Amino acid sequence: MSEHRFRSLAETRWRIAVSLTAVMVAIYFGFILLIAYNKPLMGRLLTRGLSVGVLLGALVIVLSWVLTWIYVRWANTHYDAGLDQLRRAEAPR
Amino acid sequence: MIILQATQGPAVPAVATRIGEPNAVAMVFFFAFIAITIGITYWAARRTRTTEDFYAAARSITPGQNGFALAGDYMSAASFLGIAGLVSTTGFDGLIYSTGWLVGWPVVLFLIAEPLRNIGKYTFADVVAARLRQTPVRIAAALGTLATVTLYLIAQMVGAGGLIRLMFGLSYETAIVIVGAAMLAYVLFGGMIATTWVQIVKAGLLLGGAALLALMVLSKFGMNPVALFAAAADKYGAGVLAPGKLVAAPLDAISLGMALMFGTAGLPHILMRFYTVPDARAARTSVFYATGLIGVFYLMTFVLGFGAMVLVGPEAIKAVDKGGNMAAPLLAEVLGGTPFLGFIAAVAFATILAVVAGLTLSGAAALSHDLWVNVVRHGEADSREQLRVARFATIALGVVAVLLGILFKGQNVAYMVSLAFAIAASGNFPALVLSIFWRRCTTEGVVSSMVLGTLSTLVLIWLSPTIQVDILKHTGAWFPLKNPALVTIPLSFAVGVLVSLATRDEIAVERFAAVERRMHVGEA
Repeated sequence: MSEHRFRSLAETRWRIAVSLTAVMVAIYFGFILLIAYNKPLMGRLLTRGLSVGVLLGALVIVLSWVLTWIYVRWANTHYDAGLDQLRRAEAPR
Repeated sequence: MIILQATQGPAVPAVATRIGEPNAVAMVFFFAFIAITIGITYWAARRTRTTEDFYAAARSITPGQNGFALAGDYMSAASFLGIAGLVSTTGFDGLIYSTGWLVGWPVVLFLIAEPLRNIGKYTFADVVAARLRQTPVRIAAALGTLATVTLYLIAQMVGAGGLIRLMFGLSYETAIVIVGAAMLAYVLFGGMIATTWVQIVKAGLLLGGAALLALMVLSKFGMNPVALFAAAADKYGAGVLAPGKLVAAPLDAISLGMALMFGTAGLPHILMRFYTVPDARAARTSVFYATGLIGVFYLMTFVLGFGAMVLVGPEAIKAVDKGGNMAAPLLAEVLGGTPFLGFIAAVAFATILAVVAGLTLSGAAALSHDLWVNVVRHGEADSREQLRVARFATIALGVVAVLLGILFKGQNVAYMVSLAFAIAASGNFPALVLSIFWRRCTTEGVVSSMVLGTLSTLVLIWLSPTIQVDILKHTGAWFPLKNPALVTIPLSFAVGVLVSLATRDEIAVERFAAVERRMHVGEA
């Protein structure tokens, strides 16, 4: 059933998009809330020259990019394959 | 917020710097950039025949090219000069901005990029109007676009004027007219093809220049950034690696964070770029590249900022420009002498020019494609007429940008950029999400979300402490937050949902299945 396949593909994409967005929101606002409410922790030095805050700031940037990588990897393999199947199933009509 | 505070009165350098004096190397690099980009424009002009060429570069841009162009559109002078300046004068507090400017990009990828490419044609209003009534949606979307683009344009123009005066010694007005004229040439004759390549050249220059500068800084610290941070802490105290007073009010920080995160996904000039690639997969890949490039750039601002703090010194930086905007150029001068200063100054100028071109093109698309073609002519305009109107709109916007740039001389540029993000996040982003993903939304709901989102943002900005206390010198402000996004984004969503539930739009519901299919599968 092409319609059924489409529904499940659309729902999977929506679930993944919303989950990854939620993760991004949690990471960034977690960082901001730590800055706002736990300044001593952010200022603690892990080693000479590297505070928790600077490390987490760099991590937010790296993690943002990792999240886009996760999505692109999923989409290039599963989502595109699903779309190809759909197009093939509908083509002969 | 950031930055580029256009300082009043002449800058009085207290340090030995050639900033503000005519710099031969800067002139050479700057004219080389102008010559190359005008050459590109000439080449692009001969390829710009249809509206598809003019607005969408014939959909022939590769994902890699678009990744660079997106980065070029996004990384403004505020990022380069402003963040480096903030880090060099405040330390960790400046880094908060380095992170904030990137986190919107994953959201663009997850929610907006692919649906936009599959459903729309030239502007984000195409997507919102896909199953709703054209006229009200187009007018409301054009309002949101023009409000965003105008604020952003003013910020860039004012920044350009102040910057060029500081760096080249040209007068503020001359600088603005030069920027306006060059930008008009790109957009008017070369449309999206020229604009895209100007962005690519600029992104390459900016990333290359910043990387070179960062490497030169790191070479003084054994190629180890942590050794650089340690040197900063030794010189100015461990406090530079910890949060300071910038985030004294947590709600302000959260509100600004929301504007940055969701505003990126509502910036018309960024959204328009997704139409320049052949398909949704290419749009997806291009965001991945752009996020990587912009991320690397913001990581380099850590090094540039602390490098300037250690090698130039916060006092010397503030002596040249109170806002700290000259930190990166001063750092270049310390490390590579006047020639390198000239190169970095030219890169900063190119940066502003490219952003202004992208903004003008998206504003022109809203005026001609959304308002003229779809509202006034009900979609019945041939390609020649569309192009003529688009070019006329470009000229009009260019003239308005120059005039507003002169009128708003001395305003805080960074603040205006953050407001542009707030409008994009409250006026444009909720409407996009509702219309793409929610079957039950109605024309009335989405239009009220766009109109109220934009207007409430403008009103709350007016009532904010920045306008009431800092500018109008009143003793208090009715609204406590500097950036209204914390209130206006939820408000815009709530209005969209409530009005939709209170009204009926049979056609919108009926068309949902077809539009949803197109969003995934693309055009048949």
